[in-house]
Amino acid sequence: MRKVITLCSCFMLVLLAGCSQPPKPSNKLHLWHWMTDRNDTFLKLAQEYKQETGIKVSIQLFAPSDSYSQKVIAAAQADVLPDIYGILDKKSIVADFIKAGLVADLTDAMDADGGSWKNSLFDKGLADKSFEAGNIYGVKPGIYGVPIDVTNEQMLYNKKLLSKAGINAPPKTFDEFIKDAQALRRVGITPFVSGWGELWLLDCFASNYAFNIMGEEKIFATYRGKVKYTDPDWIKVFNIFTELRDKGVLIDGIVTKGNKYAEQDFALERAAFAFNGSWCVNVYHNMNPNLDYGVMPPPPISSAYPLKIWGSAGSSFVVNAGSPNKDKAIAFLKWLTAKKQQVVLAQETNNLPSNKEALSVISPILEEFARGMDQSTHPNIWPLNEDPSVSEAFDKGIQDIIIGEKTPLQVAQDVQEVKDRQMAKGNYSR
Amino acid sequence: MTNETVFIDKALIPHHLNFGNFAVAWTKGNFAVYFLNSVIYTVCVVTGIVFISSLAAFAFSRLKFPGKNIIFYMFVGAMMIPLPGSFVALFVLVTKLHLVNTRFGYILCMINVGLSMSILLLKTFFDKMPPELEDAARIDGCGKLGIWWNMAMPFARPAIAVIVIFNSLNVWNEYILAMLLLEDTKLMPLQRGLVVFQGANSTDYPVLMAGLTMAAIPIILICLAMQKYIVKGLSSGEVVG
Amino acid sequence: MNSKVKATAILKDNLQNFFFVLPAFAIFCIFYIYPFYKMINLSFYDWRGIGPMHFIGLANYKELMSDHLWWNSIWHAGYITLIALTFQNVLAFALALACDREIRLKRFYRAVFFIPPVLSEVVVGLIWNWILNPQMQNGQYIGLLNHFLYTSGFPQLVHNWLGDPKTALTTIAIVHSWKGFGWGFIIFLAGLQTIDKQLYEAAKVDGASAWKTLTNFTIPMMLPVILVVVILTILGSMQVFVLIIAMVNEGLVNHTDVPVTRIFSAMQNVNRFGYACAEAVIFGMILVCVSFIMKKLSDKAKQA
Repeated sequence: MRKVITLCSCFMLVLLAGCSQPPKPSNKLHLWHWMTDRNDTFLKLAQEYKQETGIKVSIQLFAPSDSYSQKVIAAAQADVLPDIYGILDKKSIVADFIKAGLVADLTDAMDADGGSWKNSLFDKGLADKSFEAGNIYGVKPGIYGVPIDVTNEQMLYNKKLLSKAGINAPPKTFDEFIKDAQALRRVGITPFVSGWGELWLLDCFASNYAFNIMGEEKIFATYRGKVKYTDPDWIKVFNIFTELRDKGVLIDGIVTKGNKYAEQDFALERAAFAFNGSWCVNVYHNMNPNLDYGVMPPPPISSAYPLKIWGSAGSSFVVNAGSPNKDKAIAFLKWLTAKKQQVVLAQETNNLPSNKEALSVISPILEEFARGMDQSTHPNIWPLNEDPSVSEAFDKGIQDIIIGEKTPLQVAQDVQEVKDRQMAKGNYSR
Repeated sequence: MTNETVFIDKALIPHHLNFGNFAVAWTKGNFAVYFLNSVIYTVCVVTGIVFISSLAAFAFSRLKFPGKNIIFYMFVGAMMIPLPGSFVALFVLVTKLHLVNTRFGYILCMINVGLSMSILLLKTFFDKMPPELEDAARIDGCGKLGIWWNMAMPFARPAIAVIVIFNSLNVWNEYILAMLLLEDTKLMPLQRGLVVFQGANSTDYPVLMAGLTMAAIPIILICLAMQKYIVKGLSSGEVVG
Repeated sequence: MNSKVKATAILKDNLQNFFFVLPAFAIFCIFYIYPFYKMINLSFYDWRGIGPMHFIGLANYKELMSDHLWWNSIWHAGYITLIALTFQNVLAFALALACDREIRLKRFYRAVFFIPPVLSEVVVGLIWNWILNPQMQNGQYIGLLNHFLYTSGFPQLVHNWLGDPKTALTTIAIVHSWKGFGWGFIIFLAGLQTIDKQLYEAAKVDGASAWKTLTNFTIPMMLPVILVVVILTILGSMQVFVLIIAMVNEGLVNHTDVPVTRIFSAMQNVNRFGYACAEAVIFGMILVCVSFIMKKLSDKAKQA
């Protein structure tokens, strides 16, 4: 009995013991990230940095990214964020982090030396964590993040499979795309695959065509609640998916397909077209080095407005505003995005570098992707975003259309119903 | 196996095994360190759970004290509430206790996770223990702790084996809490090594498979070893005295 | 005087007894009560996980009551649980009975039945995605199941099992049962070990048939163990989610939603931590009620 008591008391003592120390400046930086594929390269670069400057950067990887996000949210609550970290969430959440004083304003560092750091990076990459004057989030305008690579989502076509169906050039319009898809079906090839079990990728595809059909003003007006989802233009967007379904364009089971499986399908030539992000270059290369494919933006359906693809920072780091090593952290990020280090990252991980000067070393296929950056846009650089509950209803509605459960009009009404409800709550601009 | 054959082969057993993948998985996944950590966590958590839960279950089943039923139902009720809602609070708590990024903190949390189910299962088995056994032990001069250790524990040996298996598996395969509560690579468990192979974008399937296989072998061995106890009792006539 | 001594003795006894529970109780209080309190507290707030918290009283609960996606998800989990309770547990019990007897290769069976539970959800997802793959390449079905159905003369049964709202949930429930029946099997087996074998002999001498022995004797003896397995099955099946994500990602529209995926979705997709906490509280209450009913039912069965 006495043993048990002693054990328990020890237990309690250990739990209650401990004392806190205020953070002190040191020559050690802590960095948290989620990029499993880049961890080795980061570690290698951190070694180099230590030799050059004597500052040790401790790189900690937390994966998968969902776990990482939760860790960052939890660490923010407990105020134990590292010197350098990334926020994977929506812009509104990034704004909350900034307003809570957890993210340092990097504008001054970016503008130093005549803006040499800022000018070396892709605008679209910087815009990801930048806030314009008069932004709806109420954040002080400025640059709050450092992009370490950029990415965009486009369509890919398998040259061998297309020529099997007698197609010599990739489609230029949506109608051509449908015709090509039918030609592929006739020779027993599945036309199109994408990881639409992951809602964001489906959302991205639909958004590309929404830009093409109605232009950004009308989209933003919808988000503000001025235009309804039952508007003919939005019905047109939904109709694209009816057509893709009816003409047999989509691979079986696309609405439950994770992007990993979709990538396998394209790499193993089970489908002729794919919709995916620029990281796929590395993925396809690992799975099938002989895959012969090209990159194209999704073929436009209308000539009313330009079709925009999504393109932005693939991953960005922010600096902890409360860190005693803020300046050292900024210096490290500056070093990480300098040409030499960006070349290493681009070559070892096959990602598009965020530093424009490092573009010269990338593979031809990545270069095709890089060209898309000019016609790209991204929710993170829009003046406002749709309420996430509405987006969810929108994406799930499209899935409903694809599996043939609902018509575009029904989905439009359902989405509008959610929209009305959220508007009534007054949080449309989150 | 190469990445291509993983997907193309229809046969369950690949035509040519490439043992190089195991070597890659071991070194690239930093398996040696993680492996040792996982062993430490599993041993500590399981031992902790077996002792703590069997003591508690014994009390709930055989002893009297005020508030017994309320506390028992509290434990059972705790199993029912899904954890995701409390991740943030748990992290804040562990940070306040200065146990974040420590082995001890992670072990305590994992003990907490397995406790309720183990108590419920053990109490069910202790309830089945014939009272004559207890009386006989008391006449022999055993105290409460003696009865627990000499009578109840051997009687519930099959259930303890189940608890060992269940919790070993739980700890061995756990990584969500590990990611949340640990920081240092040196403290991470085995699953952390596997997650690296299931990269955000690219997955190296042959190496992943090799890693998964290596990770599964020890736990399968534990399960097989424990299974013996589940059925051994009767054949050797030890349990029902 | 005497009664006072007695009272101190009882007090001492109670205190001693309580020390058995103390370690468990201490860990529980430290690591459960605070997060649990926080969760209930948060369910009254509108909070995005970071930034300002707005107290909104019962608004989350009110919204939850009319959230048909949420109630559908509970029904889905209930459906999976029902299949697991019947299909999975009957199978587990039958196999445990078989392995309790003297049959050949029983060691082998014991090991084999326990392989699925040992596999992590990631592996199960990989295996079953490969078995259930609905696609064709070069005129052949890639997925093992459809390939088998086609070549063995049932081409009409070839189906996109996970892509059809009518079959998706059942398919998931069956895979879940496949993964889980080993648990029930092993607990039942452990329970059967504690039954005195002499009693079986006695029943045999009395001339009871195998079925009679089972219903009149084995099952009543096993009732507490059955109850534990039932409760654990309910908990395991109601809270299933990693498997679902591994098989259908964010789900077949909303046909494969279960409460835990809804809770995660509320936290991560729409950043509504308060709402997620309200969902968790309601869900926990439902589970407590179900378990309580199970307990009452089994108490009644025991008396009968």
